[in-house]
Amino acid sequence: MSNVRVLVGTKKGAFILTADGKRQKWKVSEPHFAGWEIYHLKGSPADPNRIYASQTSGWFGQIIQRSDNGGKTWNTPGSSPDELKGPEGMPKGESNKFVYEGDVGKHLWYDGTPHPWEFKRIWHIEPSLTDPDAAYAGAEDAAIFKTTNGGKTWKELSGLRKAKSNLWQPGAGGMGVHTILLDPKNEKRIYIAISAGGCFRTDDGGKTWKPITRGLKSPYELPDPDAEVGHCVHRITLHPSKPDVLFMQKHWDVLRTDNAGEQWKEVSGNLPTDFGFPIDVHFHEPETIFVVPITSDSLHYPPEGKLRVYRSKTGGNEWEPLTKGLPQKDCYVNVLREAMAVDQLDSCGIYFGTTGGQVYGSADGGNSWNAIVRDLPAVYSVEVQTLP
Amino acid sequence: MIHVVLPFHLRNLARVDGEVELDVAAPVTIRAVVDALEVRYPVLRGTIRDHDTLKRRPFVRFFACKEDVSLEPPETPLPEAVVNGAEPFLIVGAMAGG
Repeated sequence: MSNVRVLVGTKKGAFILTADGKRQKWKVSEPHFAGWEIYHLKGSPADPNRIYASQTSGWFGQIIQRSDNGGKTWNTPGSSPDELKGPEGMPKGESNKFVYEGDVGKHLWYDGTPHPWEFKRIWHIEPSLTDPDAAYAGAEDAAIFKTTNGGKTWKELSGLRKAKSNLWQPGAGGMGVHTILLDPKNEKRIYIAISAGGCFRTDDGGKTWKPITRGLKSPYELPDPDAEVGHCVHRITLHPSKPDVLFMQKHWDVLRTDNAGEQWKEVSGNLPTDFGFPIDVHFHEPETIFVVPITSDSLHYPPEGKLRVYRSKTGGNEWEPLTKGLPQKDCYVNVLREAMAVDQLDSCGIYFGTTGGQVYGSADGGNSWNAIVRDLPAVYSVEVQTLP
Repeated sequence: MIHVVLPFHLRNLARVDGEVELDVAAPVTIRAVVDALEVRYPVLRGTIRDHDTLKRRPFVRFFACKEDVSLEPPETPLPEAVVNGAEPFLIVGAMAGG
């Protein structure tokens, strides 16, 4: 029977939740990296035992952790004590060295004045689909980095900052690359999304990038609602079988594109509010998508205190609330952009975490939900591995 | 032998218990001690000071003999009591809380 491993990043450490394919009985790990902010951790599709984690701290900066045994033990690539006498000589300790390349330039600051690029943290790590040693990292201030040696060193794909980055401006949450989608049918194509920056695509493996925002409208956030950059894209997702179809949860609006981002159209339909953060796709049904409506940009909690996942089986526009097992009164948590994921079992499992420390799971495509764990620190990210 | 006290999270990161003992050649300065620490524990590179500029991270402080020496130039010699191991060199995370 298959197993699932849910990787949870929180404000005070990482947790690993495991269950067999029934997904009824769960084991919750002790905290990993206790006390540190874990923005994201994700396993390699090419080697599920390899997991990358972004560990950060306002005091001590960025750390990249890597496990080669499914999260049992961790090391900082190229700097761990185990490597002190390695064949490559003394470890250089550069797994946390993220340097912007070339003329760093400036983006807009909160007050609208030019401000130099400054590395703050890694928001997202996206392992290669085929090479366990390769991964991409999304940074704040917004940039994308790549490793080809298992995280020992990272190199910026600096072409991204040529995509009108002088006009990017952080929102309240910071200006970070939070989503990286690798096209499973075209290894040269990558999509990324930047908080308060927009959505971008490369078709040459990261050398050049272009904004893909036609059809996005942000009348309450931008002076030009149709601007090419600056839209506050909260999350984008795709189904591996149809990588030209993307779904987006924007600051306001849920949207889709059927041509790799050349044109977007709104599919918010009958949602009670189209503000929210995560969006994900059913593993077996490319037109079944999930969002968690949040009241507004001023009220980051569910409408009416009812935590509801909304599902559309028609790729948007027609939505149904999923409430069974979720609190339907007095619930004022948020669900962050990185905190939803789906597994690959026959009956698709969906998982999401809240700022109140709950991780909810559904083993039946969203029809019913259970709290796997209730009292973790605020959940930043949720990823799932489906294991043989 | 120089005795260095690390904050909780950096001890965990470096996988050490208690104080770290470092053999640092004279002159024993702030920079020389942190250099030696990073050679012994490469995982600490970038956590106390910037990789390239070697500038101390804003929320990290250096204490020696009951003095905050964080703002002293890195070439500043440390007090004799630290050099001879009678007093530790403290690397501290700035206080948080209320």
